[in-house]
Amino acid sequence: MDMDSITPALLLASLMVAATPILLAGIGELVVERAGVLNLGVEGMMITGAIFGFAVTIESGSPMLGFAAAAAGGAGLALLFAALTQLALANQVASGLALTLFGLGLSSLLGQDYVGLKPVQPPAFKIPLLSDIPFIGRVFFSHDLMVYFGLGLVAAVWFMLKYTRAGLILRAVGENHHAAHALGYKVVRIRILAILFGGACAGLGGAYISLIRVPQWTEGMTSGAGWIALALVVFASWKPGRVLLGAWLFGGVTVLQLNLQAAGLAIPVEYLSMSPYLITILVLVIMSADKSRAPASLGRIFHASG
Amino acid sequence: MLKLEKRPQPSRVFAYLTPVLAVIATMFAGGLLFAALGKNPVEAIRTIFWDPLFGDFAAYYRPQLLVKGGPLILIAIGLSLGFRAGIWNIGAEGQYIVGALCGAAVALAFYPLEAWYIFPLMVLAGALGGLVWGMIPALLKVKFGTNEILVSLMLVYVAENLLAAMALGRMKNPEGRGFPGSRNLKEYPSAFNDEVFVGTGMHWGVLTAFLAVIFAYVLLSRHMLGFSIRLSGEAPRAARFSGVNPARIVLFCLGISGLMAGLAGMFEVSGPSGQISIDFNVGYGFTAIIVAFLGRLHPVGILLAGLLMALTYIGGEIAQGNLGLPSAAIQLFQGMLLFFLLAVDMLTNYRISLVKREAT
Repeated sequence: MDMDSITPALLLASLMVAATPILLAGIGELVVERAGVLNLGVEGMMITGAIFGFAVTIESGSPMLGFAAAAAGGAGLALLFAALTQLALANQVASGLALTLFGLGLSSLLGQDYVGLKPVQPPAFKIPLLSDIPFIGRVFFSHDLMVYFGLGLVAAVWFMLKYTRAGLILRAVGENHHAAHALGYKVVRIRILAILFGGACAGLGGAYISLIRVPQWTEGMTSGAGWIALALVVFASWKPGRVLLGAWLFGGVTVLQLNLQAAGLAIPVEYLSMSPYLITILVLVIMSADKSRAPASLGRIFHASG
Repeated sequence: MLKLEKRPQPSRVFAYLTPVLAVIATMFAGGLLFAALGKNPVEAIRTIFWDPLFGDFAAYYRPQLLVKGGPLILIAIGLSLGFRAGIWNIGAEGQYIVGALCGAAVALAFYPLEAWYIFPLMVLAGALGGLVWGMIPALLKVKFGTNEILVSLMLVYVAENLLAAMALGRMKNPEGRGFPGSRNLKEYPSAFNDEVFVGTGMHWGVLTAFLAVIFAYVLLSRHMLGFSIRLSGEAPRAARFSGVNPARIVLFCLGISGLMAGLAGMFEVSGPSGQISIDFNVGYGFTAIIVAFLGRLHPVGILLAGLLMALTYIGGEIAQGNLGLPSAAIQLFQGMLLFFLLAVDMLTNYRISLVKREAT
C-alpha cells in the first residue's frame, strides 16, 4: 500500500469538493425543515437536478446555464411535493418517497441519450493573492465558483434565520403553525416558498455531482447523497453552521475512503464504499440523543380549520 | 371559491374509490408521457395493461404475474404493518438483499449434497437475515431514538455493497471461468425453489405471500397486537394511555417487515433469479412501498395492488420489446401512480365544498 500518494493539501481540497453537493442539498433541506416540513424527496430532486444540469450544459455549452436549469428542475419537482403536501394535505413521508421514486424514473428517462458524454468544465476560480498562500491557498481558495457559492449560501441562511424578520417568521411557522396562522402569517404560502428553495438547492447539489465532481451522467449517480443530506440536517441539530461542519465530516470520510481505494489498501473496495453510510448511521445514533432541537411542527399537516 | 372541509369520519366510498381513480389518472398521464416519447398512447397502455393478460402470448405472461407479484406482495404486507403504526421502514430493498445472501449462503455451503432439509434451512436463513437487517434500525430507534427512515435506507447501500463483495468474492462460482456471480441454484435440485403447481408460476415464495396476506388480515382484524398497531398509528397518545408499549410495536413492525422482505429475497435467489449477482436486486423493495399505499395498507388491497404492479412490470417489458418504450418510462409510470394516489387520497379525509367569499 502506498500512503505517500495521499498528500494532505490535495486531500483537504478534494474534501471541500466532495462536501459541496451534500452541503447545498443539506442547507436547502434545513430551511424546509425549519419551516416545519419534512421533505424526504431530496434524493429525487438531486438526481433531477443532476440530469437537468448535465443535459443543459451539454446542449448549451455553458455550465452556468446548466446550474440554473438544475435549480429550476429541483424546484419544479419540489413544486409537486408542495402541491401534494400543502394543498392536497397528503402525508409528508409518503409524498417525499413518491418524489424520490418519481425523480429516479424521470432522470433515467431523460438521461438515456447523455450516457458517456463529457460536459464542459467550468473554470477553476482562483482567488487572487489568497490562492498563492501555500497549503491554505490550495485547500480553500482554488476551487470552482459553486464551492464558494455553497459557503456563501450557508452564511446567508444562517444570517437570515438568526437576524432577519423573514427568518423569525419562517421559524414561527415551523415551531407552531397554528400560532403563526393566528398572527396572520400565511403558513401555506411560506412553506411552499421554503419547499421551492429546498428543491432548488437540492437541484444545484445534484448538478454539482454530475457536472464537476464526477463529471458524467450515469443512472442513479447520486447514490444516496440526498439521504445523507437529510441525515446531515439531523446531525446539525437544525443549525446552519453545523451543516457545514457535518458536510466536511462526510466529505472527509468519502475522500479518505476513495484515497484508500486508490492506494490499494488490502480491504475489498466494496467494504470501503460502505463506510460513508455506516458513518452516517453512527453519527445519527450519537446525535439523536438530543431531540429537543427539532422544529416542533416538523412533519405535521396544517389545515386552517384546525 | 373551493374550500377543504375535514370529514368527521373518513369516507368509506372514497376509501375504495381512490385507488381506482389514481390508476385511471395515471393511465391518462402515462398516455401523455408515451405520446411525448412519440409512441401511440392507446397502443402503449393496451400493451401494458391488456396484452399480458389477454394478448396473443398471454399463456406465457400470465404465470409471470405471480412470479413478479409474489415478492412485491410479500414485502408490501410487511411494510404495511409498520406504515399503519407510523413506523417507516423504507429499507426493504436491503433486507431483501441480505435475506437472499443468507439463503444462498446456506445452499452454497451444502453444495453438492442433496438432502430434503436444505431448502427449509435456506428459508430459515433468509428469514433470519432479513429479520436481523430489519432489527438494526428497530433497536437503534428503541435504544437511542434514531430515525428509522434514514437508518433503514442507509442499510440498503450497505447491503448493496455487501452483495457486490459477495458476488465478486466469497460466493463467486469457482467453476464460473472468472465471471462474477454465484453458482446457479436452478441447477442444484435440493436448493431450487421450484413451482408448486407446474406452469402456474406459483413457487413457494408466492405461496408464502398468500399466507402472509391471510396472516396480516387476521392479525389486524382479530388480534390484540394488530389493534395496538392500528391504534399507535391513528392515535399515538391514546395508545400510550391504554398501555401499548411503543418499543414493542417498533420492534415487531420493523422485525416482521424485515423478515418478510428477507424471505422474498431468499425465494427470488433460489427461484426466478437463480444466483447471487451484482445486479440481483431490481428495486422490488422500493416498488413494494407503492404497492402498500396502492393497496391502502389493507392486506386484500395489497394483494390486488401487487398483481396490478406486476402487470405494469410485465407489460412494461413487452412495451420495451414491441414499441421500444424505454424501461425508465415504466419506472416513471409507477412513480406517477403513487403521486396520483396521494393526491386523490385527500378526498377520503376531506370534502371539497364551494363557498361564496363573504364581502369584507
